Amino acid sequence: MKILVCISKTPDTTAKIAFTDNNTKFASEGVQWIINPYDEWYALVRAIEMKEKDPTVQIQLVTVGGADADPIIRKALALGGDEAIRVDAEGQDSFFIASQIAGVAADGGFDLILTGKETIDHNGASIGGMVAELLDMDYVSLAVKLDMEQGKAVVTREIEGGEEICEAVLPLVVSCQKGMAEARIPNMRGIMAARSKPLKVVVPVPAASLTSIQSFELPLAKSGVKLISADHPEELVRLLHEEARII
Amino acid sequence: MSVLIFADQSEGHIRKSTYEALSYGAKVAELTGTVAEAIVLGPVLDSLSGLGKYGITKVHHVPDNGLEHMDARCYTAVIAEAVQQTGADTVIFSNNITGKAVAPRLSARLKAGLVAGAVSLPDLAGGFSVRRSVFSGKAYANVSIITPIRIITLNQNAYGIAESAGTAEVLNMTISSPASRLTFKSTSKVSGKVPLTEAEMVISGGRGLKGPEHWGLVEDLADLLGAATACSRAVADAHWRPHHEHVGQTGLAIAPNLYFAIGISGAIQHLAGVNRSKVIVVVNKDPEAPFFKAADYGIVGDAFEVMPKVIEAVRRLKAN
Repeated sequence: MKILVCISKTPDTTAKIAFTDNNTKFASEGVQWIINPYDEWYALVRAIEMKEKDPTVQIQLVTVGGADADPIIRKALALGGDEAIRVDAEGQDSFFIASQIAGVAADGGFDLILTGKETIDHNGASIGGMVAELLDMDYVSLAVKLDMEQGKAVVTREIEGGEEICEAVLPLVVSCQKGMAEARIPNMRGIMAARSKPLKVVVPVPAASLTSIQSFELPLAKSGVKLISADHPEELVRLLHEEARII
Repeated sequence: MSVLIFADQSEGHIRKSTYEALSYGAKVAELTGTVAEAIVLGPVLDSLSGLGKYGITKVHHVPDNGLEHMDARCYTAVIAEAVQQTGADTVIFSNNITGKAVAPRLSARLKAGLVAGAVSLPDLAGGFSVRRSVFSGKAYANVSIITPIRIITLNQNAYGIAESAGTAEVLNMTISSPASRLTFKSTSKVSGKVPLTEAEMVISGGRGLKGPEHWGLVEDLADLLGAATACSRAVADAHWRPHHEHVGQTGLAIAPNLYFAIGISGAIQHLAGVNRSKVIVVVNKDPEAPFFKAADYGIVGDAFEVMPKVIEAVRRLKAN
């Protein structure tokens, strides 16, 4: 079985969010970059767990980005990917990125394509669905559990206020979230092995962008907390009722 | 030209997040000088003509039984056909689970630009630009859609429901859906509780509550207010509470009118999931807890002393 895991580079969860160039670019100076947590902890680690259960599983990684994404993809190889492809292009919008991933996947013969449920920078939650549509594959989103049973994928997905179990034929695109796998860290053997694993750089396929970011904005700062004495908590209830008018 | 709003339903009932999307879509139609129409898939129990109250002129209903379960591939095929039949140039979804699954597929199918997680009405000065939430709620991006057909998914609790008098014309639409290749085995719902992402008020507990046996403080207040309950990551990881209650960067992102955090320090990863809440209340005994910087109201004090008094005061308020 061949699994394609989509990897995105994102700022660390604690990175300071600021913008430059008249608020049109993310201020990346001094920012620590990580594998998007949903791609790493859930999609990639689940693929690795499946490979540990069935050694015939092959894990291919794909990312869309410049050479500055290489350390991220090497880390993903160190965790347990077999080989990686980097599409050498700066992501413009989600449709452009999905088109690149679909381009890589089109003749790869993949049984499963796994993505994180969203990235923690753009939060579009769009790549999985777009890739599935471009390749005319089925798509199960927000999965919390994924197993193979007799050649079919059994997926537990989140629905509004609950969960649903469904069975899907391959090939299939799945977006992964918490519950899928336990986060792990690369060991020294993995890190050494990753150095010699293939990382192929390919040119982008022609693809359009359907949207463009005009500018970024930071939310207005809160006016400051109104502290209420611990001796009079009923005052909080009065304020929520009379001032904020929400209870 | 028209605005087509996908009216999401669950077990025959239109969802609350859909009313927000309908109200938003009606306003977009008004701004762009056109009409707002809705599309409903699968069997429904609610009166669809009633959607007129939210500014909808026509409801297109595709009543097929095969559409009861959400299969993104089938929903996309049907909605794409409906877009063509109605001539819609703007399609709106709630950014809920169905919207997140279907809107990207529809975008790729129609080559229609998608703004996912919109928090504002479109700005039509010099194009069609919509503000969306990015960096896990820590910033916004103004994104312009540069295609003839536009798709927007509206963040939950980002636009108020607007009701007025009105009746929509309900039309049955015949569109054959491709056969689903998914087999649905079972569905489990947490019954009787408000879904966290739809809740207007959320009461949440953290490690400061010291153990699952103290969750009565969270639940009593939630019951009195009709609020949903949530927790921090540490609490879910310690199995004090189920994972589906975890809000934060790697859990659910929510935007209720009231987020009431008890014994949660407010690490940046937690804030990422709740910083779009309208009013944040923090009860924590540590005055240095970072959450106070993001809060509107706060009490520095021991939750075990403070919360029973808060609950009592709410009970008195509700009794009056």
